[in-house]
Amino acid sequence: MGSTRRFTLDLNEANMREIHESTCGAEQVRSGSPGPRPKVLLERRRSRLLRSALASAGVYALLTAIAVIMAGPFVWMLLSSFKPNQELFAYPPVWIPTKITFEHFINAFRYTNFARYFLNSTIVSVTATLLNLFFCSLAGYAFARLDFPGKNLIFFAILATMMIPVYVTLIPLFILVKRFPLAGGNNLFGQNGTGLINTYWGLVLPYVVSVFGVFLTRQFFSSIPTELNDAARVDGASEFAIYSRIYLPLSRPVLATLAIFSFTGVWDDFLWPLVITNSEHMRTVQLGLQIFRSQFLVDWGPLMAATLVVTLPVLLIFIFNQRHFVKGVVTTGLKG
Amino acid sequence: MGPSASHGVSSLSSYWKNRARRHAMLTGYLFVAPVVVYVLVIHFIPIASSLYLSFTNYNILTAPKWVGVANYVKLLFRDDLFRRAMRNTAQYSLEVLPLNIAISLALALLVNRASRGIVIFRTLFYLPVVTSIIAVSMIWLWLYEPRTGLINLILGKLGIGPVNWLGNPALALHSLVLMRVWRGVGWNMVIYLAGLQGIPQYLYEAADIDGASGLGKFRYITWPMLKPVTYYIIVMGLISTFQTFGEVYAMTGGGPLDSTATVAFLVYQRAFQYFEMGEAAAVAFLLFLVILALSLANIRYFQTRLE
Repeated sequence: MGSTRRFTLDLNEANMREIHESTCGAEQVRSGSPGPRPKVLLERRRSRLLRSALASAGVYALLTAIAVIMAGPFVWMLLSSFKPNQELFAYPPVWIPTKITFEHFINAFRYTNFARYFLNSTIVSVTATLLNLFFCSLAGYAFARLDFPGKNLIFFAILATMMIPVYVTLIPLFILVKRFPLAGGNNLFGQNGTGLINTYWGLVLPYVVSVFGVFLTRQFFSSIPTELNDAARVDGASEFAIYSRIYLPLSRPVLATLAIFSFTGVWDDFLWPLVITNSEHMRTVQLGLQIFRSQFLVDWGPLMAATLVVTLPVLLIFIFNQRHFVKGVVTTGLKG
Repeated sequence: MGPSASHGVSSLSSYWKNRARRHAMLTGYLFVAPVVVYVLVIHFIPIASSLYLSFTNYNILTAPKWVGVANYVKLLFRDDLFRRAMRNTAQYSLEVLPLNIAISLALALLVNRASRGIVIFRTLFYLPVVTSIIAVSMIWLWLYEPRTGLINLILGKLGIGPVNWLGNPALALHSLVLMRVWRGVGWNMVIYLAGLQGIPQYLYEAADIDGASGLGKFRYITWPMLKPVTYYIIVMGLISTFQTFGEVYAMTGGGPLDSTATVAFLVYQRAFQYFEMGEAAAVAFLLFLVILALSLANIRYFQTRLE
């Protein structure tokens, strides 16, 4: 966390310096005493000022052009989901809908199980997030504050799993879920049934602990002064009490970061639900998007409406918590 | 366990110290136990069993049958689709990375200023990163739609005939590259931005005194100082492009004519559509080795830099 703080500070410092350079120089010219100064010098200053104003206008024009490309697809999705069908496929194209319709949203929810997929995704994402917050921070506390033999070895072994591509563990995990003993009609040896396939347990399984979360909380906890522990221990507090009553309340920002990363990561995941569910009712939203298209026919209006609905929670979380996202990126350089 | 009465004060206090230490030790193990057990079950044991499965024929229904290195031999010497998938994946990475690096660095340089409203641009450029790959794929499917998609509508206005972005085997992979670059530049922009903030300002001040041009400053200060960041972006980019799956599954299904089949897509297809789990595990393990090598190279590079 120390490093992330520094990052935001650096940003500000650099910004300040730049503000200083770009504006103060100009201010000085304007308000400074022009009397004794040779006119030529003033002229040169003025032309430089003009040039920098032009350059900055150019930068803004360029940024705006790029912004159109980056935001364009989202805008097109938005327009398409509110456009009546005859305008959606009209030629010549209708860019802006002449009348706004909600039929695509209504159809998306009426003729498919989309409401159910939304519920499924919410249950899985929220459960995974809560489990993550608890288990990661608990381990993070131990790695930061408790001494036990093999601590560093265990920590690095856990960190090393970040290098494992999901495709290597996918097949054994699928088998584990399918052969889970005494679940879904399985016997003690995991035979005869479907195990945890098509269950919430199966869906949550690979998200329960994120190594990123252990790392993140450990880094943050390490920055909390150990005097707090000593004082609490003298007062007879247990380690669990120190963790839950002192460390957790002090760590709200980092826990928020972890919660955001867990929630969005699970909400956006596609491969695991694809592998682990085959029932209509247990799909998550990302899988649910597939039902608007068959091999030759795509229901574009409802598909865009549903895509908008699926994307919205994460986009809103991002827009209102940008600092947490940037922190996560910069501390670990990893995507949650 | 208890101390006998004959012990002196010092040994009593050392007893309490030991007891406290042992207690902290046990608490420590207790606190990390859930994570350790979980990581063992979810990561380490599956790697071992994946390795085992890659030496077998396994279709889930009957017990795995040991076949030795047959899966690997087949993949490396007789499997045209695997070779095609490797080529596709490599080509995809080699197209995505340079574009991504050039554009994201340019973006970082553009937004690395304190002007008004710059945060809005940073946010906009980052939006595609936080959008799920499936949502992005759906949006781009619609953009790429041959008759009524936005891109062909705009090209049509310019008199360029309808392009079959995803249906043309010669073009489909490039279309996926274009989408990936759009989606990925915001991410690398943030990393470059952090790198730019870390370059000491006095270097630029000194260059100013020497009368260096903007281009000169970029060439002799910015670019060399960003070298570790660029290296990091290349390695992480290779790792992530080598695992490309979502857009292939959602947009092209590996087609047309296997032109977009990637290695990760092959793992999914063989394991969960053809139920050739052993062979799929072998593909996955080869992918793992490549990624492991890249990760270790990354770690080594940054370790030697730190020393």
